[in-house]
Amino acid sequence: MEFLVASAVGVMTAGGLYLMFRLRTFPVILGMSLLTYAVNVFLFASGRLTTGAPPILSDGVSVYTDPLPQALVLTAIVISFGMTAVVVMIGLGAFLGSDDDHVDDQLDDENEEARGKS
Amino acid sequence: MSLIFVVALPFFGALLPGLMNSAGRSACAGVTFAVSLAAFIGILTNLPMVLAGEVVMARVDWMPSLGLNFTLMLDGLGFFFALLILGIGLLIIAYARHYLSRDDNMGEFFTYLLLFQGAMVGIVLSDNILLLLVFWELTSLSSFLLIGYWKHLPEGRQGARMALMVTGMGGLAMIGGMLILGQIVGSYDLSVILQNRELIQADPLYVPALILILLGCFTKSAQFPFHFWLPHAMAAPTPVSAYLHSATMVKAGIFLMARMWPVLSGTPEWFMIVTIAGLVTMVLGALIALFKHDLKALLAFSTVSHLGLITMLLGTGTAFGAMAAVFHILNHATFKAALFMSAGIIDHEAHTRDIRRLGGLRKLMPVTFMIASLAALSMAGIPLLNGFLSKEMMLEEALHTKLFGMPWLVPALATFGSLLSAAYCFRLIGHVFLGPVRDDYPAKPHDPGAGLWVPPAILVVLVVMIGVAPFLAEPFVKLVTASVLGDAAEVPKAYFKIWHGLVPALYMSIIAVVGGLLMLAIFTPALRLWDATPRPEAKTILDAIVATIVALARQIILPLHNGAFTRYAAIASVAIIAAGFHAWNTGTVGAATRVMQAAGPVPIAGWLMLVAATAGMVLLHRNRLLSLILIGIVGLMVSVGFVFFSAPDLAMTQFTVEVVTIILLLLALNFLPNRTPIESTVLRRVRDTGVAVAGGLATFALAYYYLLRDAVGTPISEFHLANSYKGGGGTNVVNVILVDFRGFDTYGEIIVLGIAALLIYALTETLLGGPVRARLLNRQPDQERAGDVHPMMMVVLTRVLMPVILLVGFYIFWRGHNEPGGGFIAGLIVSIGVVMQYMASGFVWTSARLRYPYHGVIGAGVLIAGLTGIGSWFVGKPFLTSDFTYVRIPPFEKFELATAALFDLGVFLAVVGAVMLSLESFSRLARRAHVPDNEHPMDIDPSRDDPLQIGAKPAKEGG
Repeated sequence: MEFLVASAVGVMTAGGLYLMFRLRTFPVILGMSLLTYAVNVFLFASGRLTTGAPPILSDGVSVYTDPLPQALVLTAIVISFGMTAVVVMIGLGAFLGSDDDHVDDQLDDENEEARGKS
Repeated sequence: MSLIFVVALPFFGALLPGLMNSAGRSACAGVTFAVSLAAFIGILTNLPMVLAGEVVMARVDWMPSLGLNFTLMLDGLGFFFALLILGIGLLIIAYARHYLSRDDNMGEFFTYLLLFQGAMVGIVLSDNILLLLVFWELTSLSSFLLIGYWKHLPEGRQGARMALMVTGMGGLAMIGGMLILGQIVGSYDLSVILQNRELIQADPLYVPALILILLGCFTKSAQFPFHFWLPHAMAAPTPVSAYLHSATMVKAGIFLMARMWPVLSGTPEWFMIVTIAGLVTMVLGALIALFKHDLKALLAFSTVSHLGLITMLLGTGTAFGAMAAVFHILNHATFKAALFMSAGIIDHEAHTRDIRRLGGLRKLMPVTFMIASLAALSMAGIPLLNGFLSKEMMLEEALHTKLFGMPWLVPALATFGSLLSAAYCFRLIGHVFLGPVRDDYPAKPHDPGAGLWVPPAILVVLVVMIGVAPFLAEPFVKLVTASVLGDAAEVPKAYFKIWHGLVPALYMSIIAVVGGLLMLAIFTPALRLWDATPRPEAKTILDAIVATIVALARQIILPLHNGAFTRYAAIASVAIIAAGFHAWNTGTVGAATRVMQAAGPVPIAGWLMLVAATAGMVLLHRNRLLSLILIGIVGLMVSVGFVFFSAPDLAMTQFTVEVVTIILLLLALNFLPNRTPIESTVLRRVRDTGVAVAGGLATFALAYYYLLRDAVGTPISEFHLANSYKGGGGTNVVNVILVDFRGFDTYGEIIVLGIAALLIYALTETLLGGPVRARLLNRQPDQERAGDVHPMMMVVLTRVLMPVILLVGFYIFWRGHNEPGGGFIAGLIVSIGVVMQYMASGFVWTSARLRYPYHGVIGAGVLIAGLTGIGSWFVGKPFLTSDFTYVRIPPFEKFELATAALFDLGVFLAVVGAVMLSLESFSRLARRAHVPDNEHPMDIDPSRDDPLQIGAKPAKEGG
């Protein structure tokens, strides 16, 4: 099971990184989202993996999973939504303003060329 | 009045002038005056204690673990400076009211002035040196604003920048010095530091600390070679110059030298550095002042010169020198402020400050002539005026100071400095006021209204009073001197007298005055010689240095920052992976302590789906809609994983966030091209794959290794599990951590979320207000629009579902403290319910039913959470301490009421507001694009083709 989680983190990281190196905004945003999953799962797993022991106190139960990483990751998930929304808005604004969704700064002549193509 | 109030008053009062700005100039100045007066009276109420020799203290703990406390101390020295700052401040405020023209924004001016005043009072009253540093930097910043107040003048902006650069760098050096000092003594409290003279002076770090602190003092007090910023700061309005350069800003460095005198002075290093810097500054400043034609520049360099004089006196390290310094600080503040204000009057009335264009003003401006002449004569050191007394004391002290083994050097230079000083004073009187009346003034000069001349006149009365009756000032000066000296020396017995008999100092004085007159007589040839002499121009040198640094920075930064963000990302990734690899290679890994758990077929299936979806995303990412669907699968699998590994709260959060994220990305994709073109070369893709695989392997290895090992220390979670029910009153530990143990974090987090939403809203507004608007209006959708925009089934279903969703949200919210749920999740669920209404029934229909704007919902959420936190102050507990009790309202079961629930309500509202505001902003863009947006909730009614008034509709529909 540990192998599955660790490899899932690895796969998501690799996929996220690859998409982050793309040249257009949309894949980069998706790559960042993927990377966010990887980081969240990674942080969550720092409480080690436990099945069937949610941190809900009840009588007669003494084994609970680590609640702290869960609390931290919970807020991280919500915040990452806010950040994704901001990044998407910036990307969208840039595209609407210049008709160009490149991530990198374009040199002026290239920019004209790109505009001509689309 | 408590010292805390005295310091806080100007800062809080700084809010008032801006508010009173529209109430008129007098109201604006009046409220500023009232604030200063209150602080002035406040400090005066402490006079009896100070006179009794007590040290008044006030203390609020701030960060005790860092040794940083809000500790204030008032002794004679602090009292003296506070009195100067606030007293002259009052006169300046009255003067500025009449000086500033109607075009000047008075509220802004007085706000800056009060900020500056508060920072200055803070410096002189601080007991903690770290606090002192904070105020010190605040004076640099607020003086920057004051000097650059006339933003339209390039000289003003450049002068302000130069002042900030020089004093700011000095401040940085001083932080280093103060930290060393605190380390040596082991305390950052001045009252402790001042007791440890031997310890400090014996420490090997004494010299570095001394040099660093003196750098701060010298830059602030414009000592050679940092004197050049002060004249450039003269581009400020004259009230600012009169305030900053007579009694306050430039005296801050002097104050600090006086404050630190008991522990830092008396060593050869102190003597050499401080005395020489002071002496050079005094002579050089006076020499330059003599040949300046701008009245304010002349006064600026004379200030530099007099500050040098005071510095030299402090440098000698004798008790008599310290007393003379204190006395001269007082005298200089009075006559220099009066002189600056007179210069301002002349500028105001004659419309020029150029001495060559003035002359003969004696008859035209008799009142100004009286004020300026008395002040200038005092500065020249003429008997019966206060400047004479302290200058005599300075000359006396110079006689006993031996430098480089030459006993004549200091007295000779001091006399020469005084001679030059007398010369420029005589020039000021002679070339501005005396001589024939001219007929080519830029404006007809005449005496100003009382508002402008009364403030300097009050100061000149003081000048004469102290000059004629020095015994009046003597007890006070001795009191201040006693607190400067501390335990290091006894207050000298000398009396303040006009006539000391035929002592050498008197002869030196006579030489200075007569020499000054002679100098004025040969002024014209001397000026010619001066103009012919090449001199280094400090501003040019500084500009060249700055230009070199900027060019260097550019050379380094521009090639690195070429705007290729993907390259930055790649470089950062490679660097992080390399650092991790290095740690891996050099570190050691312990043996595995956990056994790998067996995986059943269901987890394996989930894993396969996740990996397949991720791989699909990478391979098919050019089809954007498809990759959006695939990332949905990844998110779903992650949520399921959370459920599997005992994290129900996380699963619920991830699941609901997933929904809103996908909606958000869909809204964005509406505008973006739906395919990504192939642009990157194969080589580049191979490179990216390499980095990505390396990063994936690295995180895999890291995760895999730590998952098989137990934590090294005991996790804090033990505490949380043990105290969640006892202390927090909830059985859902994750929720109790969020709203209670780490409530402050959560509080910050909802604020960040709210800011993010507001940012999105602001960006949308900007886009819709700019050229993008036209582009959106002309945009043609690239897909055919659906015939049935608001399908009836969906409309009906979402409306029926809405109350159910709200009920679920309510339930999830309330059970959150004990079962999985809580404010975050409930907020997301309710948001999804509202979004569904938007999607099914249309934007207009939903907006028309919206009663509270989302901004308000965010604000209410943050406020409720904040007020809940503050509530615990009223019962004497720290911020966000929670309390709970159990109540039973028949016929319900017994249930728990916790303040944490109120906090969670704040979280709930902030989340709803933030999510909705973001999504609404996106859909507003979309609305702008498709103009004929359907305003009807359902569009299958063919009879309703007529245009419809939006406002009338809701009533007809009945909600």
